[in-house]
Amino acid sequence: MQRTYELVYVMRPDATEQQVADLHTQVEAIVSRMSGTIGEKSEAALAFSGRRRLAYEIGHHKEGLYVLEVIHGDGALVHELDRRLKVTEGLLRHLIVRVDESQTKAERARAKRTEESRRRRTARGLPPDRQPGEGPQTDDSDDSGDDFGVEAEV
Amino acid sequence: MAGIGRGRSGSPSGGAGGRGRAGDDKNKDGKQGQRRGLFRRRKVCKFCADKIDDINYKDVKLLSGFVPARGKVLPRRISGTCAKHQRGLRIAIVRARQLALLPYASD
Repeated sequence: MQRTYELVYVMRPDATEQQVADLHTQVEAIVSRMSGTIGEKSEAALAFSGRRRLAYEIGHHKEGLYVLEVIHGDGALVHELDRRLKVTEGLLRHLIVRVDESQTKAERARAKRTEESRRRRTARGLPPDRQPGEGPQTDDSDDSGDDFGVEAEV
Repeated sequence: MAGIGRGRSGSPSGGAGGRGRAGDDKNKDGKQGQRRGLFRRRKVCKFCADKIDDINYKDVKLLSGFVPARGKVLPRRISGTCAKHQRGLRIAIVRARQLALLPYASD
């Protein structure tokens, strides 16, 4: 059963580029050996990867090198990958998460919403898609969503 | 840290009944006054309103809005998040914590 997973690992901040590349090839080797493939890096993945400040210290390190990979494969592959990453030196953290299910779910929800809005609009005798410059202009300056603490109930 | 927590949880049961009741009354009065005086904005689930279908653990900017300074998950009664999205939010926060994107505890 082919599934899509996201693998994130955090390397020590003092890791050289060579070490980063080495670990990447190691992961690649495991994936291809277990008949899986590594997905192409999306823009979001590249934006996420890189040096980041850790929210808490791990082994006296305050920063970490984050790397995100998208992997297509089955459960046995994930099991093997997890086992290998656990014993890998120079790795602070790693996490493997299945993403295909939540992605399809989100897609379905989005499709359902557009479908519903189109249905309603045609029922009101409007063109199914929103015209430019129509309706309230979205302006997020008010509802930034960071004012929760103000209306706290005790 | 543990000492403070124990003291706080112990006080309602340990305190005298009279004191507790008086505190309750005061609280109620305060609430009513607040309701009369202030306009209380209706809380809406941020994820429903902004149409965020997939709450992702990588989106630290979004998640940190639901993690107060202490590092705990902001309760639903304060944030107004709906049950479904609070569930997803909790999972995302737990994952982000594991990767040191969010703190487990901080002061």
